[in-house]
Amino acid sequence: MGLPVAPFAADLFGPDAVIMKGITGANWRLQDYLARGGYSALKKILAEKITPEQIVAELKKSALRGRGGAGFPTGLKWSFMPRQFPGDKYLVCNSDEGEPGTFKDRDIMRYNPHILIEGMAIGAYAMGIPVGYNYIHGEIWDVYERMEEALAEARAAGYIGKNIRGSDFSFELHNHHGWGAYICGEETALLESLEGKKGQPRFKPPFPASFGLYGKPTTINNTETFAAVPWIINNGGDAFLGLGKPNNGGTKIFSVSGDVTRPGNYEVKLGTPFAKLLEMAGGMRGGKKLKAVIPGGSSMPVLPADIMMATDMDYDSIAKAGSMLGSGAVIVMDETRCMVKSLLRLAYFYYEESCGQCTPCREGTGWLYRVIDRIEHGKGKPEDLDLLNNLADNIQGRTICALGDAAAMPVRAFIKNYRDEFQHHIDHKQCLVPHYI
Amino acid sequence: MNAPLILSPAALAKIDQAVAKYPADQKQSAVMAALTIAQDEKGWLPTDTMDFVAHYLDMPPIAVYEVASFYTMYDLKPIGRCKIAICTNLPCALQGATLAAEHLKQKLGIGFGETTADGAFTLKEAECLGACGEAPVMLVNNKNMACAMTADKLDKLLEELK
Repeated sequence: MGLPVAPFAADLFGPDAVIMKGITGANWRLQDYLARGGYSALKKILAEKITPEQIVAELKKSALRGRGGAGFPTGLKWSFMPRQFPGDKYLVCNSDEGEPGTFKDRDIMRYNPHILIEGMAIGAYAMGIPVGYNYIHGEIWDVYERMEEALAEARAAGYIGKNIRGSDFSFELHNHHGWGAYICGEETALLESLEGKKGQPRFKPPFPASFGLYGKPTTINNTETFAAVPWIINNGGDAFLGLGKPNNGGTKIFSVSGDVTRPGNYEVKLGTPFAKLLEMAGGMRGGKKLKAVIPGGSSMPVLPADIMMATDMDYDSIAKAGSMLGSGAVIVMDETRCMVKSLLRLAYFYYEESCGQCTPCREGTGWLYRVIDRIEHGKGKPEDLDLLNNLADNIQGRTICALGDAAAMPVRAFIKNYRDEFQHHIDHKQCLVPHYI
Repeated sequence: MNAPLILSPAALAKIDQAVAKYPADQKQSAVMAALTIAQDEKGWLPTDTMDFVAHYLDMPPIAVYEVASFYTMYDLKPIGRCKIAICTNLPCALQGATLAAEHLKQKLGIGFGETTADGAFTLKEAECLGACGEAPVMLVNNKNMACAMTADKLDKLLEELK
């Protein structure tokens, strides 16, 4: 139990890795990070007195987009923070990674924790923020402890705290853990949770940039987003953009899970073909045939094999193919998988995790689950597929946060792309494919 | 009014460390940490423990109950000495988690949400633990993650935990 010790080769994240470059699984300490050139971006900013405006401009050039799922341009988000606002302001890192299929932030934090600390410190400098919190998924306690240890190292070495590196820039950072609630990955639910309350999302507007943690201006970014910042400062926004493609700058860590030979995290340039990513993950397990892929985490629409094999892994290409890049969680399913049963498990997840605040989501996720459950168990009715689509229509866009959408989108896409399987279950009271889950 | 001392001085010291992370007028932000520390010490969260946490953090008791009942890893009823929560969500299921869960149920002779007669084990079905790449994954007593749990490894682990 606990953290595995150096279980993999140094290039497991892939030859194009920049965030996870040189990571072996054992070289997470401050001295290792410094040896890799760590904290040089923060030192450069402070030594050369690079202005906050220059940093935000560099980020805008880089086309770095939020890595948590929404894909919002990071430079633009940072420019929303009212830097001159007197009084408290907060920087928050969303490390509450709990979207089925997503496990990249865990690897960043356990194997390369200082890159996150440096990225947050640069963000704090650029936005004039004195205090930050890193909200960590409660289920990965060993990673929380590691972040605590890394933070203590950074504080002792003067990278976090008062007058960092002898400058007049001060930044305090703290780790905060959740304790089991998917909804806290939603940024306003996360803020509520950080305030010591139930994690129920807030109405927006006001947005966190004006009314965030404790009602103060707050910027929230995902772990991987912060982790990309030091490289951008060291190498320039244009260089980062050049790694990917226009409007899709840089590399992205894809969490590949399911029916592949080597599930794991692979950091590749945005725009890399899906076929190449599948090859990096060792191809299909047992030589089976690819059937379906959910390309961006369980909330995103599923796509059939032929479409995925012709698609590149970047925000725009996946949107064009009919899904979304989301958090970069790639769930791979082979020819033996039953799509009804697969959807049933996802539907149960959203039913279980709905916070209960909005009626369409609280009641609707239960309806979705129960109708899919009866189809799976041979009790489906001819009108059930229309009923499911109707339910999805009545949830999506009618709730405070996106969990309702996240429950509805997979239902629609599974039925659209695999309607014959659902119909077969209803007509013949049994499964079209031999299934193993 | 002084509440009776329900948690140990060591637990209180840990709670104080958590409180120090937040602004002085925002002690409530430490409630999740405090409940976790209390649960570690008590094994679960009896009402008097939650009331004590409320008093300690200057919160109304109902606000603490709300938090404790919202987040799934707080136990509001007594559980077995060892709690095993295995993820069966889709990515894990594709990588053998359903079989691993069945193996656990058979070995322990209980279903999800149940505790063995000798009070040794409670088995729970978990939602995404955020470690799908190393499925099947499970949490042992909330804080220890066991990864890539084959039948052999499960048997060994149960033996160790007995």
